[in-house]
Amino acid sequence: MRYLPHTPEDLESMLKVVGVKSLEDLFDVIPRDSRRTGNMDLPAAMSEWELHDFMSGLADKTAAGPAYKLFIGAGSYEHHIPATVAHLSSRSEFVTSYTPYQPEMSQGTLQAIYEYQTLASRLLGMEVANASMYDGATALAEALLMALRITRKKYLAVSSLIHPLYRRVIRTYLGPTGAELIELPRSADGTTDFSRIEEMPDLAAVALQSPNFFGCLENLSTAAGLIHKQNGLLIACFTEPLAFGLFKNPGSQGADIACGEGQSLGIPRSFGGPGLGMFASSMKYVRNMPGRLVGLTKDQEGKRGFVLTLSTREQHIRREKATSNICTNNSLCALTSAIYMASLGGSGLRDLARLNYDKAQYLQSALKKAGFKITFTAPAFNEFVVQFPSGFKTVHDRLLEKKKIAAGLSLAPFYPDLPDHYLLCVTETKSKEDLDALVREVQS
Amino acid sequence: MKQSLGNTGLVLQERLLWEKGRKGRSGFSFPKQDVPSAVLSSEWTGPGPDFPDLSEVEVVRHYTRLSTWNFSVDNGMYPLGSCTMKYNPKINEKEAGLSGFQNAHPLLPSRLNQGALQLIYELEQFLTAITGLDAVSVQPTAGAHGELAGMLLMYAYHKSLGSRRTKIIVPDTAHGTNPASAALCGYRPVPVKSNEQGILSVESIAQAMDEETAGIMVTNPNTLGLFEENLKQISEIVHAKGGLVYGDGANMNAIMGIVDTGKIGVDIMHLNLHKTFATPHGGGGPGSGPVCVRKQLEPFLPVPRVIKKDGQYVLSEDFPQSIGKLHAFYGNFGVMIKAYSYIRSMGAAGLKKASQLAVLNANYVKERLKDVFHLPYDRPCMHECVFTDKVQQANKIATLDMAKRLMDYGFHPPTIYFPLVVSGAIMIEPTETECKEDLDHFIEALRAISKEAEENPDLLRQAPFSCKVKRLDETAAARQPCLAG
Repeated sequence: MRYLPHTPEDLESMLKVVGVKSLEDLFDVIPRDSRRTGNMDLPAAMSEWELHDFMSGLADKTAAGPAYKLFIGAGSYEHHIPATVAHLSSRSEFVTSYTPYQPEMSQGTLQAIYEYQTLASRLLGMEVANASMYDGATALAEALLMALRITRKKYLAVSSLIHPLYRRVIRTYLGPTGAELIELPRSADGTTDFSRIEEMPDLAAVALQSPNFFGCLENLSTAAGLIHKQNGLLIACFTEPLAFGLFKNPGSQGADIACGEGQSLGIPRSFGGPGLGMFASSMKYVRNMPGRLVGLTKDQEGKRGFVLTLSTREQHIRREKATSNICTNNSLCALTSAIYMASLGGSGLRDLARLNYDKAQYLQSALKKAGFKITFTAPAFNEFVVQFPSGFKTVHDRLLEKKKIAAGLSLAPFYPDLPDHYLLCVTETKSKEDLDALVREVQS
Repeated sequence: MKQSLGNTGLVLQERLLWEKGRKGRSGFSFPKQDVPSAVLSSEWTGPGPDFPDLSEVEVVRHYTRLSTWNFSVDNGMYPLGSCTMKYNPKINEKEAGLSGFQNAHPLLPSRLNQGALQLIYELEQFLTAITGLDAVSVQPTAGAHGELAGMLLMYAYHKSLGSRRTKIIVPDTAHGTNPASAALCGYRPVPVKSNEQGILSVESIAQAMDEETAGIMVTNPNTLGLFEENLKQISEIVHAKGGLVYGDGANMNAIMGIVDTGKIGVDIMHLNLHKTFATPHGGGGPGSGPVCVRKQLEPFLPVPRVIKKDGQYVLSEDFPQSIGKLHAFYGNFGVMIKAYSYIRSMGAAGLKKASQLAVLNANYVKERLKDVFHLPYDRPCMHECVFTDKVQQANKIATLDMAKRLMDYGFHPPTIYFPLVVSGAIMIEPTETECKEDLDHFIEALRAISKEAEENPDLLRQAPFSCKVKRLDETAAARQPCLAG
């Protein structure tokens, strides 16, 4: 095996130093009745070439080729990724290093993550961003836990227009805590109806997603005003951070915590993971934050350097009193998104967000012109909901099967009161021809 | 000793991103604007982020220079105890980069994602075969996430029996994540000390275990690198009181093909694909922390689960007792591809050999260093060995000084000051992928350092000398945090 370097001579001399006769004897301390008797039931080892043939065959069994035109986002977005992003983020020095516990030998990762924290804070309009969480859903769960810790209250108001799968994750996380979740209904325009939060029991936080699951922008400022009156926090969640290239970011609208998924920023969809849990807050809450933080400091000679800091919040120091149990996070994904953000720059990110908006608007009007109903009127970014005629499912299936077009995601499994409603996503990866073809096909 | 690996090459300075660039530059190939510009209400728009504008070349140089300031497994030996910094095969990266995997959307119908679902299904089967447990979910995305899954499973199991237990036994050799994960489920960790041999005694568990206690979290082999020889009896005690045994499988690299976890009485265990199964650590993730269980706990595993129905792989939600979802989608699929590729490359014999050689390498290092460093538990170890700075303390040299000095010799330091049960711990996990010459070189470096501790202790206190920066002021960083530029 090419990963195992020991020759028979190495083995002989090393076993001699250790004072045992065979490799088996190294395990003498393990009681007989704990040992495995047979071999592990695994397929025979493959050569590099056999493996690649086999894996290529598996990878071919997904709807991912260029022939497919997927108009589906819903938390996992198709964007162009510059070749430089994949190239730089796959440098061995970044990929095969550990968490930077020894800063003198890890300045590359540390500066890159400090820069990521800075770019993430600026994008979200927040004072401090951590080094990453696992994904958008777990970042939201941790944000709710953080709000419970800060406010010492137990009620949480959560919008029903937060990604339905995120809401399932938060229920898993909050299950044993005794916290109470109140689901906020939706208004006719496709945004959250939070008008009644003033009457609700003492809330620790209200959590909204913007753009929300239907693609609509929420009025975070108004929600912030209401929740701050009762000393609760506004948690602003997101699945498509590219929107903040064009629209107001969570911080400028009064969010106390901004959290969500950063996959959009240069990370492939990869069947849903790994993505990037982004997490940011105001500085006054930093000591209650989960996850790692990189800070600026100086070395003994006064030279600029970076270290992991405020680690007294973390599990390896504070154990059961830690702000989270998170240890390994999604560091390389954070680095990848930083390379992507640096490649676009401020001007590029704005232009790209604008292009996403324009394309989505173009498709909306074309569908409207063709007689379909755009369900919600609130402003949207690159996703929106369309009501197709009843029985559209057969058309949808046929387009997927025969034309390799995914005409949106059916909302019925998530919102049973919205049959025949589909969530469509348009990004810069779709040309005008693709959009025109879609409009043609859904009418056929 | 031979010439030291550590050397000073040309280290290029590099500014922060926003200290570079010019407004109007771009590193992005902009797609055509082939649709009209739409109406946009200024009520909703913001100014856009204050990012620097950089050209493609500036971005490439920036990150290439930064990368050279890192030490990594591909640079040299990285013997961090408890972290299993083995070689990360390049072919696995290539497979994870296949377009069919990278561009798969998680919410398409199962029939359009058969390749991805088959990989998940088979990986879960492989992990049952490797652990000896009955069912697996690969949804948790890191070790601590797997632990949380395990604790939620334990919580759900007791709840299904109508009992609410409040405590959990956590030995003093546990990873810090263990008590933190237990606390998320409202369990109060009850610490138990290991005995003079560095392992748990049957008596101490018998004393701590009662019917208020949900179970025990045990790392085996433990963080001293020792096999918990009494675990089978301990499991019987815990089970007799209605509790469950959680095995932290972070150290699985020592025992693949050798130990049957099911036989020892472990009910729940998480694995770290980014340790044992050779997926890279990425400077702190992404990882993957599958949770493996015994039959009776299978109904509680996270959903959706991949099942096989009429020859097709489908995602099933039909597990009413499930703890629910832990990740928006199905976990870190990109990491699973690499672990799957590793297992298919190694086969059963290869994995067993990897464990045997990991244990051989650790014992070899232990035997060749124990005359110069204090070895608190002088017994056969598993995949890692733990020394202390007791001998060098005579010259007022601490573990930290030796760790920093090791950098000058061209090695990443071992894990230091962990486990907490040993004062000034130096925890060395060489892994199986290090060859004898490199181990010898590492051993010579540490022996040279122990000599320097006697002859020139100041040298160690000022180390490192060859890194990009000298020792950093961590106190100042924490006192006045500057976390963004």
